[in-house]
Amino acid sequence: MTLLTVNEALMDAWRTFKGDKWKKEIDVRDFILNNVTVYTGDESFLQAPTEATKKLWEQVMELSKLEREKGGVLNMDTEIVSTITSHGPGYLNKELEKVVGFQTDEPFKRALMPFGGIRMAEQACEAYGYQVSDEVKKIFTQYRKTHNQGVFDVYTDEMKAARKAGIITGLPDAYGRGRIIGDYRRVALYGVDRLIEEKKKDLRNTGARTMSEDIIRLREELAEQIRALQELKEMAASYGYNISKPARNAHEAFQWLYFAYLAAIKEQNGAAMSLGRVSTFLDIYIERDLQEGTLTEREAQELVDHFVMKLRLVKFARTPEYNELFSGDPTWVTESIGGVAIDGRPLVTKNSFRFLHTLDNLGPAPEPNLTVLWSTKLPEAFKKYCAKMSIQTSSIQYENDDLMRPEFGDDYGIACCVSAMRIGKQMQFFGARANLAKALLYAINGGVDEKLKVQIGPEFAPITSEYLDYEEVMRKFDNVMEWLAELYINTLNIIHYMHDKYCYERIEMALHDTNVMRTMATGIAGLSVVADSLSAMKYAKVKTIRDENGLAVDFEIEGDFPKYGNNDDRVDSIAVDIVERFMTKLRKHKTYRDSKHTTSILTITSNVVYGKKTGNTPDGRRAGEPFAPGANPLHGRDTKGALASLSSVAKLPYEYALDGISNTFSIVPKALGKDDATRIQNLVAILDGYAQKRGHHLNVNVFNRETLLDAMEHPEKYPQLTIRVSGYAVNFIKLTREQQIDVINRTFHETM
Amino acid sequence: MNGFIHSIESCGTVDGPGIRYVIFTQGCLLRCQYCHNADTWEIGKGKQMSVDEIIADAQTYLPFMQASGGGITVSGGEPLLQIDFLIELFRRCKQLGIHTTIDSSGGCYTTEASFQQKLDKLLAYTDLILLDVKHIDEKKHRKLTGKTNEHILAFARLLSERNVPVWIRHVLVPTVTDDENDLQRLAAFIRTLRNVEKIEVLPYHQLGVYKWKALGLTYPLEGIPTPSEESVEKAKQILGAK
Repeated sequence: MTLLTVNEALMDAWRTFKGDKWKKEIDVRDFILNNVTVYTGDESFLQAPTEATKKLWEQVMELSKLEREKGGVLNMDTEIVSTITSHGPGYLNKELEKVVGFQTDEPFKRALMPFGGIRMAEQACEAYGYQVSDEVKKIFTQYRKTHNQGVFDVYTDEMKAARKAGIITGLPDAYGRGRIIGDYRRVALYGVDRLIEEKKKDLRNTGARTMSEDIIRLREELAEQIRALQELKEMAASYGYNISKPARNAHEAFQWLYFAYLAAIKEQNGAAMSLGRVSTFLDIYIERDLQEGTLTEREAQELVDHFVMKLRLVKFARTPEYNELFSGDPTWVTESIGGVAIDGRPLVTKNSFRFLHTLDNLGPAPEPNLTVLWSTKLPEAFKKYCAKMSIQTSSIQYENDDLMRPEFGDDYGIACCVSAMRIGKQMQFFGARANLAKALLYAINGGVDEKLKVQIGPEFAPITSEYLDYEEVMRKFDNVMEWLAELYINTLNIIHYMHDKYCYERIEMALHDTNVMRTMATGIAGLSVVADSLSAMKYAKVKTIRDENGLAVDFEIEGDFPKYGNNDDRVDSIAVDIVERFMTKLRKHKTYRDSKHTTSILTITSNVVYGKKTGNTPDGRRAGEPFAPGANPLHGRDTKGALASLSSVAKLPYEYALDGISNTFSIVPKALGKDDATRIQNLVAILDGYAQKRGHHLNVNVFNRETLLDAMEHPEKYPQLTIRVSGYAVNFIKLTREQQIDVINRTFHETM
Repeated sequence: MNGFIHSIESCGTVDGPGIRYVIFTQGCLLRCQYCHNADTWEIGKGKQMSVDEIIADAQTYLPFMQASGGGITVSGGEPLLQIDFLIELFRRCKQLGIHTTIDSSGGCYTTEASFQQKLDKLLAYTDLILLDVKHIDEKKHRKLTGKTNEHILAFARLLSERNVPVWIRHVLVPTVTDDENDLQRLAAFIRTLRNVEKIEVLPYHQLGVYKWKALGLTYPLEGIPTPSEESVEKAKQILGAK
């Protein structure tokens, strides 16, 4: 192609788009801000699913049923190692699908991904009755080293012990780290050729003089990125698409973007493979097609529905241990919707609605992980629509854009659950979490693990008094955290060095700027347990109960004490202090690639595993009992209602936990108000109020009949389920079975 | 100034407009057979809390109140039993621009001069009263609550004269408060009032029964079911509830 025709192709693809900066350099944000059509209306324009959509979704439901019947996995590849180009095209129904592409050559077939660790790949297969082929096994044991092996070659004894005891757990040393969001939009906007050109330019400009280790690594990574981009084109070509040039219409934009994402999930089995912030970007293409009369609203919704259907079918082969950490087969295809631009315009478009509308057209689902970037300045009609869909489906999470925008600008996305990052400009080294509840027990027991009964932490003098003295415990706890912070950062440094070396995210990083900001994303588990334990020592009396070796293995609390989750500063300030202290200690240690230290208060579902590995705690929690998830108060301890609980969590300082503060909020429809309109209005108010109070994240669960039935069987999952009926409140899980059935019946009647 | 408080709910959505900070006061003169808060009856029990303490706490919820058009509701127990506390609390609320609501059955209303004086003061700071009319029939009211309803109806008339905004609430208990003739009489009474902004029919439920058992009391309405959807609809129609 001559230079002239390349320009012609660009002119055609970009025909009506405004702005210049984004044309000269890779800058998707500039493109969006120049071309977005903000929508402040309501949801009345939305269209029902087409026949094709319904047919495809029926097929998906049928396959899902078969998958369940086969024990959770329908088919697994045991021969072909997954790469961007490893498999031929796969389809649900080639004639009907508007957006095509699967991770392997058939839907629901899980790919074989051994670069993170061959043992894990084998275990994942074996758990479902499959065997990795001998040849692959041989290659990845005799010839090709994996990330997992690299890490364990270098781990110190202390690290292995800490890992075994569970004071640091869930580390991505045996699975893909994930939490990296490629800017998949770039492929649609620029076409792959332009991206390759830019990367080649960067490669030429990297390290002309001094070949230090950093420069050598970066040059090699750039070469890999370029190779991955070429493979991306090849993969698209196998489906009959040439994506070397920019997308010319909405259909192509969806397809180009999806191919880019597909390449990422073919290459990486990361814990969270998040999508970014694509809906408003794609709306620009839809708007143009609608204007030009080449697309109808019905067709636009169909594109969204088919795209979202693909995102719901992302699947990975994972081990039972992994599922224990993150239960329910999650993939965290997180899509960030809404938010407000720095210039004050809301970034809400019709496509923001269309994406949420898939919950109606395809029914509720956990994936993609629909995340609304909430701002008090979002258009009222959109706020109400979000609340309405939350109440209907419990499928949406909210994150405070007013809090994140000053830190991350207006083109960030959420990776996984709560990790904000500037798209294409920032990535993170995911670091699971440190178990601070266990650390507190180490402070009491002189570094001896209460479960394994062996020395794990440094050997210092244990507390020998009968009653725990708050000041003494705090002093020792501070020392334990000091030790833990260093060990933790060092452990993560090893993990991410090896991940970069043996399991590098080629295509995802190809869709980043060459010079990216990296964060070292640590995490905290057991925060509420620690806060309540310390509060018990400070405001009540905590007596130690010791085993035959003098180890404090249980505690008796005499008197009452303030508990985290009741908007009581006496204890909430302890929680705040712990976060600040631990973060300050983490910052003291040098990180791999000079990444910026951050932390999250997020456990996903691993709060159960951490709890299992932790003995009795001084707050009265029994050994083995789960921690509260994320930054939540421990269930049953927040007794002053939902807003008191939210207010406690909102006090945790985001500046010290920039990787996110997770809060799961569960409420029954009745507790939100007597009728639908009131419920919507009140939920909007709760979200606005929480945002104003600088709360970061909220999972909103509004339970219907099915979830209430689930709550009867698993009360521990619904700590805050409150029902208010004409002037009084009861905790749902405290009701007798009959009363629960009564409530369930009424709630059910209401939704009729 | 201290009040005797049973408990506080930070997220009330059914006791007045918007999201409300609900203070359940301790102590009540009535002994309603369907009471779902029997643990708030006894006077002089509960936790003593100062107005300062409550205001400091309530203030932290201002963003939620403002976003929802909510405010503070004092429920119970019978809030009017602690009228001095209420006056001080509401005076402070109004300084902060917080909407104030009392959820009362009027059970301790009297025409005594000292009470009337205090009530005058209180009403100056009160935006809304949720008035629970248990029964329109004097005898049946006595049976249901242990007290006459005369002073309660007098209270309703006074509020009407003063033009204090009121939501009338009526708990619908099968065989006890759902007689059609009684409902018609109640409706007629409500029509004589000129300050009624809303009428609510609250279907009886058994969710507070465990509290009676915990207090060692026999639950008098044992075996009485919750009302059917139809009977609730019918009562709403008669009373003019929307």
